[in-house]
Parts: sequence; C-alpha cells; structure tokens
Amino acid sequence: MHNRVVITGLGIWSCLGKSLEEVKDSLYAGKSGIGMDMERKEWGYRSGLTGIVQRPELKGILDRRARVGLSEEAEYAYMATLEAMKNAKMDMSWVEKNEVGILYGNDSSAKAVSEAIDTIRLKKDTTLLGSGSIFQSMNCTVTMNLSTIFKLKGINFTISAACASGSHAIGLGYLMIKWGLQKHIICGGAQEVNPFAFGSFDGLSAFSVRENDPAKASRPFDKDRDGLIPSGGAATVIIESYESAMERGAPILAEIVGYGFSSNGEHISNSSVDGQIRSLNMALKDAGIEAGSIDYINAHATSTPGGDFAEAQAIDAVFGESKPMVSSTKSMTGHECWMAGASEIVYSTLMMQNNFVAPNINFENPDEASAKLNIVSKTTEKNIDVFLSNSFGFGGTNSSLIIKKIK
Amino acid sequence: MTQEEIIEKINAFLVDEFEVDAEKIIPTSNLRETLELDSLDYVDLVVIIESNFGFKVVAEDFINIHTFQDFYDYVNRKVAEKATA
Repeated sequence: MHNRVVITGLGIWSCLGKSLEEVKDSLYAGKSGIGMDMERKEWGYRSGLTGIVQRPELKGILDRRARVGLSEEAEYAYMATLEAMKNAKMDMSWVEKNEVGILYGNDSSAKAVSEAIDTIRLKKDTTLLGSGSIFQSMNCTVTMNLSTIFKLKGINFTISAACASGSHAIGLGYLMIKWGLQKHIICGGAQEVNPFAFGSFDGLSAFSVRENDPAKASRPFDKDRDGLIPSGGAATVIIESYESAMERGAPILAEIVGYGFSSNGEHISNSSVDGQIRSLNMALKDAGIEAGSIDYINAHATSTPGGDFAEAQAIDAVFGESKPMVSSTKSMTGHECWMAGASEIVYSTLMMQNNFVAPNINFENPDEASAKLNIVSKTTEKNIDVFLSNSFGFGGTNSSLIIKKIK
Repeated sequence: MTQEEIIEKINAFLVDEFEVDAEKIIPTSNLRETLELDSLDYVDLVVIIESNFGFKVVAEDFINIHTFQDFYDYVNRKVAEKATA
C-alpha cells in the first residue's frame, strides 16, 4: 500500500518576486526578471545578462551563528523555506516534536569556495577563513544549514544533479513518502547568482548575448533564440503524506502523482530526445494516466538552440495527439539551474491554483520542432487539473514530475 | 592608535559582529560568558582582530584572556609590539 503524497507548503525567492503573491503577479503579467550585471563584463564574460535577484537582509532575523554559515544560495533557501513553512502551518514547536526531513537540490557554492581560496592565497593562513567558510562552501550548504536552523530530525541530504537537481529532490522526497519512509519533507532547489558561479558556463558560449534588450533575451522555442540566461534564487516545496496533512489540518495545495527519470547515456552536454521520452513515459506510467490527461507542460526549455529543439521533439513524440498547452517560464526567469526543477513546480502550482497558464514570452516565430507544439505566448485563462514539469541536466540526467489538483 | 581608540574599535566590532548589547561590555565582565563564545566563535574573533589590527592571534593567547579588560590589554600590547617591531 503506497501513501498519497501532497504539497502543503510553497515558498519562493526569485527574480520574479520575493513571495508567492509577487511571483504570481509577475507570472500573470508575463514580466521578465532579466537584467545586466556589468561586473561580469569586467570579469571577461561574453554575456552580462542575468536574472536580477535581491540578497535578503538576515541581520535581525537570524542570529550571528546561524548567519555566518549561510552561503548566498542558502540565504535564498532560508527565505523560501520560511515562507513555505508558514503557509504549510508548520511552526517550530510542531517541527521539534515531529520527524521532518529536508531534500534540497544544489550543485555549487562557487562564490564561497572562490573567496576561501583567494583568502588562502593572500593570507597563507587557513584560520583567517573564519568559522563559516566550510558551511558555506560545501554543496550541501543548504541542507546543512536549514536542518540546523529549523531543527529538522528526518532525512537530510543534498541532491546534486545539475539543472535537474531541484526536480529530483522533489521526486526523491515523493518516493520516500510514497513508500512510507518519511511523512514530511522540505524539498526544493537553490541557485547562487554571482559571477563566480557561471564563468565556465559562459565560457561554453551557452549564454544569450542579446545584451541590448535583456527582457527579450530569453526566448525558449523561438526560432531566433541564441542561448540561455543564468538566474537563481530558491524555491521550497513542502510535501507530506495525505494522511499526515489531513491529520494536522494542513492546507493541501496539490498532489504529486508521477515521477519519471532517466539518464541519456550519451553526450555530456547535448540533449537526447530518447532520454527525455523515457523520462516522460516513466512519469506517465507512475501516475497511471494517459498523455491526454496532461493539461499543461512547464517545459525545461532554456532558450538554447539544441536543447529546446530536442525537448520539442520529445514532447511532440509523447503528446503529439493531445497537444497540451506548453510554456517555459524560463522565458521570464532565465535558467534557474539547480533551483529550476523546484521553482517550476512552484510557478506551475500557482498557475493551477489561479486558473491560468503563464506565457512563454518572446515566442514570436517557431522553428521546425516547436511549430508542432501548442506553445502559449500570451497569458491564458485555463483550468489546470494536471500538469507536468520537465527538468534536464548536464550529464544527461532527466526528471519529469506530474502534479494533480486535489478535488 | 591610543588605548582609548583601541577599546572603542574593539567594542564597536563586538556590538556589530558579535551582536552583544553595548551596556553588557563592562571591563571586569567575563568575555567568553558575555559573548557566549563557542569554539567556532573564537575563529571569527581571530579573523576580526586580524582585519582590524593587522596581527594574528595565536590560540594559546586566549588562555589568559578572561575579562574584557584582559582582552583590551592584550590587543594594546600586541599593537604596541607591532609598532616598535
């Protein structure tokens, strides 16, 4: 007997806003969160385009010991988790008495690592790194810090799976609850936004150089796309068993019904249509539904020529008959990388709750593959009963999640 | 730098970085207990002294620092040594 797995809390800190309410309005308005960071040009970046994400001010909210260990992305994750716990009605006294876990996606902490190495080179004295450096520098910076701050007692680790990290974190949490290993898990994804984090990615010429028009630069599926725009922040998705949520009177926002995953087993950075199709089909099989039941797909599409082309082919291969509405919220956010799989669950659940599909902005002309999809380029009023969210990452890691409205 | 300036500087970073109430900083009070220092905090104290006064505290030096006054005297002595070096 498997447990039903429901979402009871959401929280977000992104370039579209610093709360669910702000982000919902941005999604509805089709507002771009992209701008220019001139510092990147000084560091030799091809592209200075980035999601513009504000750092939270935590002095006065968290004590010094808690703050010094927080990396940039862990600060975002703290803010997103604070919001999610509030709307999941999980207060600290309840959390301390129950086994709540954390599974968060994160795959770098480059700023903290770079700064530590600079200090070692300059001072030649490791003590001068300070006490927080180690807790900021490790990939598990988010789970390590948040489990301490929120006094969590359940499962506790980080998922590093490139740009599918956040999606796999939710998928693994879903499996743990489904199989009865945990009852409540704080899932999510976090992504640092600074010049140290993205230099090597920029070096691959993966980023758009449409610097004269930042809001138009991210254009997934559009024929004239020229690359992705790095972005970040954090998104938290609190999941628990249906029974547990009912028992404690938590708000039930949606149900996770399917998780599919696959590895391409091919090129390290190129997409694979076959790998993506296997992930999509596995998610549908796990959910026990037909492709025609999906009302909306939040595509992974990042605005790169090759990646979007492959995903359009994969979506068409599986959903070619039913043609569900498709949009990539990365057209507004840029690519939130390690966070994207979680933030796109937040964005899509907000759409589901408010009966609209957010637009794939800047989709003006299709290419050969995207012409076959039902891509939504303007905000569209729509009842969404079931949606699917794709996330794909370097190394050929693929993840697809299916979320259903609770009726 | 005069002794008064050193004390002022130390008190400022203790209030700012270690978030201690200014009125709790009394020369005869115990430094560790007032600041609620744990082993990790001592590392940060080393960093902050180095960045403010330009010398490195050796861990053993903390053994003889009990009160705020001990701490002021220690920093004052090290700053003076550095000036005459």
